[in-house]
Amino acid sequence: MTEHLLEIAGMHKSFGGLKVIDDVSFKVRRSSRTALIGPNGAGKTTIFNLLTGVYSIDAGTITVDGQDITQVPPQDRVTVGMSRSFQNIRLMPHLSTVENVMLGQHARARKLGDLLFPLGMLPRNRWRQAAEEALENAGVGTYPGEVVSNLPYGVQKRIEVVRAMVSDPKLLLLDEPAAGLNKTETNQLQELLERVSGQGVTILVVEHDMQFVRDLCDYIVVLNFGRKIFEGTPDEVHKDPAVLEAYLGTDDNMAEAENAS
Amino acid sequence: MSGYLESQLIILCLSIVYAYGIFLPAASGQLNLGAAGFITLGAYASAWFNASTGAELPIWLSIPLAMIFTGIIAFAISFPILRTRGVYMVLATFAFAEVVSGVAINLEFVGGAAGFPVDDHADVTVIVPVTIAVILFSFYFMSTRLGLSLRSIHDDESVATLFGVNVRTSKVVAFTVGAMLMSLGGSLYGHHYNYIEAQTFNVLLSIYILLYVLMGGTQTAWGPLIGATFFAIVPEALREIAESAGLKWLAEGRFILFGVFIVLLMVFRPEGVMTRTLQDRLGGGLFRRKKPVADDMTGGS
Repeated sequence: MTEHLLEIAGMHKSFGGLKVIDDVSFKVRRSSRTALIGPNGAGKTTIFNLLTGVYSIDAGTITVDGQDITQVPPQDRVTVGMSRSFQNIRLMPHLSTVENVMLGQHARARKLGDLLFPLGMLPRNRWRQAAEEALENAGVGTYPGEVVSNLPYGVQKRIEVVRAMVSDPKLLLLDEPAAGLNKTETNQLQELLERVSGQGVTILVVEHDMQFVRDLCDYIVVLNFGRKIFEGTPDEVHKDPAVLEAYLGTDDNMAEAENAS
Repeated sequence: MSGYLESQLIILCLSIVYAYGIFLPAASGQLNLGAAGFITLGAYASAWFNASTGAELPIWLSIPLAMIFTGIIAFAISFPILRTRGVYMVLATFAFAEVVSGVAINLEFVGGAAGFPVDDHADVTVIVPVTIAVILFSFYFMSTRLGLSLRSIHDDESVATLFGVNVRTSKVVAFTVGAMLMSLGGSLYGHHYNYIEAQTFNVLLSIYILLYVLMGGTQTAWGPLIGATFFAIVPEALREIAESAGLKWLAEGRFILFGVFIVLLMVFRPEGVMTRTLQDRLGGGLFRRKKPVADDMTGGS
């Protein structure tokens, strides 16, 4: 068992002439709660898309749990033990809550027998029960008779996390899970994530809410313009001049800024 | 049963079988306007397998063999066709149907342009049970994880992929199985009327079948059943009612009224008559009374 669950080495990605990810390398410790932060356009979501195979990378390697997944096609990456939520809610609008969560189970049910199992006809089958349980544990109702598009925003956000969790991931990628949530909802989410983390799941989270990041995460990677500018603990991140510059711009002291870069 | 009612029932059954053949790919968002092509393949293949000039097999073998034959062709063409999307897929499948029709007209050993007589007869006692079996199969199919995958693909292909759904394979399966159902419908048509000609299976038929499915709704397996039943029964019923009421203008102009109704339906129910939400609401009222839905409230924030 390797110490690091996720290793990104020398990752490059360009769209046309624009270098979106430029030689990014970092490692995510097993069972850690790591945050990926940076100003808008820094490439955080792009890294998630590269990890999950939405885009292919131009150069570099991605290793999950000792397995090089750089060439693994996107539909197989979830079986390596990695699943994600999305910045903009991307639940299936025409499916019910439970059906959305059952989609999350797909990675564990890809055998022919599982594919042909009549989920919808047998009301008390194990898949459905597991999905209902997962929702209940996360404090979300099953909302029978509602398609998810009719549910409140905060609830949909949490269903996304539940859907990502039921695939039994080792690595949970969360793209701005707290965005748009009020204080209570954010706290509920944090509680949920701490519980998930307690079960040994490694969490990599992109988030702008720094309070949330500081409360939840034990390690932070900072990106700016597609490059990694810092990695370290939450306590160190505030003191780092490069990070301060990225977020707040250069101050009058040009020398300090130059030292940093 | 009177001859008239029986003939209407046969048309209804065939429409339902065809509709399910188009519904399976439509559930994953693929618009297939090639129904006539697959129906032609099924009708001619089964007729030839059955004919004394052909393989001389009994009807219970000729129909499944025709389904397999159509399935193989559908599987082969699904790869190029499924690379297209939306209106381009409509065009590609339409072109396929035209090719099939053109080939059938020019093949002398199946009668060419003169049409092809079919030997064995399938009457209502065969067609109704087969139709019921097709309906049950489709409900089963859509209730499986594969059906869930298809509905997910319809909603968001890339997210479905990220959760491990093999989008290409799922689409190919839906397309191929759907083609086999249409082949079955075509075989039944041939064996019932004992005569087929390629011109019967024209683009108008393809359009009607696609309409049944889209009007009925692609979200649930009820859609094609409702759509096909509605389209098969309402124009006839309108005629009956208008004639018995002595309204000659209505009997003759019933398709105008019907057309207006379709437009209204598209405006007010763009996702079809039967949607997922409606099914759950009706289902909740009819079947789920016993189990209280108390967990409804547990999570709300």
